Amino acid sequence: MIEAHSKRQKVLEYTVLLLLTVFILIPFALGFWTSFLPTADISKGALWSSHLSFDNYVAAITQTPIIRYLFNSLVISLLTMLAQLLFCSMSAYAFVFLKFKGRDGLFYLVLATMMLPFEAEVIPNFATVRSLNLLNHYAVMVVPFLTSAFGIFMLRQAFLQIPAEVKEAADVEGLSHWQFYGKVVLPYSRISLLTLAAYSFLASWNQYLWPMLTTFSDNFRPVQDGLRQLQSQETFNNWGMIQASAAIVVIPTLLVLFIGQHYFKSGLNEGAVK
Amino acid sequence: MNARDRFHAIWFLGPSLLVLAIFVFYPMLRTLYLSLFLTNNLGKPTVFVGLQNYLSLLTSSSYLASLQATFIYVIAVSVLTLILGLLLAQAASFKVKGSSFFRTVFSGTMGVSVSVAAIFWLFMFNPSIGLLDQIASALNLPVINWLTQPGWAMTAIVISTVWMNLGFTFLILFGALQTVPVNLYEAAQIEGVSKTYQFFHITLPMISPTVFFVSIITLIESFKSFGLIDLMTAGGPNNATNLLVYRIYQDAFLNGNYGLASTESVILAIIIALFTFLQFKILEKRVTYQ
Repeated sequence: MIEAHSKRQKVLEYTVLLLLTVFILIPFALGFWTSFLPTADISKGALWSSHLSFDNYVAAITQTPIIRYLFNSLVISLLTMLAQLLFCSMSAYAFVFLKFKGRDGLFYLVLATMMLPFEAEVIPNFATVRSLNLLNHYAVMVVPFLTSAFGIFMLRQAFLQIPAEVKEAADVEGLSHWQFYGKVVLPYSRISLLTLAAYSFLASWNQYLWPMLTTFSDNFRPVQDGLRQLQSQETFNNWGMIQASAAIVVIPTLLVLFIGQHYFKSGLNEGAVK
Repeated sequence: MNARDRFHAIWFLGPSLLVLAIFVFYPMLRTLYLSLFLTNNLGKPTVFVGLQNYLSLLTSSSYLASLQATFIYVIAVSVLTLILGLLLAQAASFKVKGSSFFRTVFSGTMGVSVSVAAIFWLFMFNPSIGLLDQIASALNLPVINWLTQPGWAMTAIVISTVWMNLGFTFLILFGALQTVPVNLYEAAQIEGVSKTYQFFHITLPMISPTVFFVSIITLIESFKSFGLIDLMTAGGPNNATNLLVYRIYQDAFLNGNYGLASTESVILAIIIALFTFLQFKILEKRVTYQ
């Protein structure tokens, strides 16, 4: 009796798992699959063809600037990430280890900016970058994001975990603030730094509205807006190539996700769950 | 406090404060200021109108419709993301062979950025060649013009957003499920209570802080939605998906009405600030739990 029951339970569990898998995978699977079909067949609504090939990929790479877009995004996201690691950690250091008048008030002021969405500030920011002559350049996508209130907040939490004795020992050793920051605080908080690195890289990679407003040549356009560009030119006549471009963009991130999943999960759990 | 620390504070804090001042504090004040003016097409304030922009927005049926559409979208997205996220997390904890495969699949959409998601779903929703309408016509159901009929366009945007959110939500909720002590379930099993009862009386209360956290994050993020809308419907058809941020973009950068768009920005900022504040309160509470 119990065995029959648990068998039925297993069947039920697999059914639920498979239904959910289908829901998650179908848009991926269909996209990948059609990227191997000739566009002529796709536009007839055929989801099967006898002419499977990599032609769409070859076309996407040779006829569109997709590789350039990816390169632009990589440059922008890496620069943003490095800048945030540096500037957020420096600020967090000041808020934890330096004593000066108005420190806590200043910290709350920074914290309060987390409530202000960037989307609500694009109008003056657009005017600012235009008058700084930053439009249509990598700088326009890096400079406003050199630091972030979220990053400062997160690293401050991490630095507060450093035991007071460590600071005392450093003082006895006669370490300067810069030495203590570089030799003790940063290595001590590397998990938090890694989390911020992943977070800021992804946030920059996924930017859409801001680069759409501020870049208008393929030399600087990041990949999210690049795909928009391709799509507006190609949607109605070349689905195969569009899907191949999407695949070229998504495959690297999926690989990173699957390989890094283990690390990522433990990092997330540390930050968000516990 | 000493002179040495004060001197260092300038170097350690200076760069961040400069960037925040230029790109966060100043624009916020400037947006507030502009929201009280009419502007010319370069965005320069011309006529001071006080709260007139606010009044005209809050009495404009088109803006109120946007506000309403945004709330419907935000609530639909948050509720569906949460329910499906919980379902995925629960299913991934089934003790069956191959569960790590399912976990990997469920977290998969985390690797999909907004423009890629839009391409995948534009194809799914495409009338005549898209899968959904192919299935519909095979079953002799009416074909839906997903993206050109107001109600269906909103549905399509909601489905795509939820799908995109699921990877992240799943990972966080799954992590939370792992922290529920196994002996609670064992005790429940001995008592002979049903799985449903276990879910509502053990699982959900134990992970409720994470559930709150995820809901607020989803809420805040969906108020800021822009990419999928721009790529899939461009606010249409008939303004059905013209949500708050898209409207700001339209009024400022397509219509050149910077004053009004600034007012819309202030309203957006107030809404999001409220929810962010709520999030801090909840986070604070969670910290004292431990």
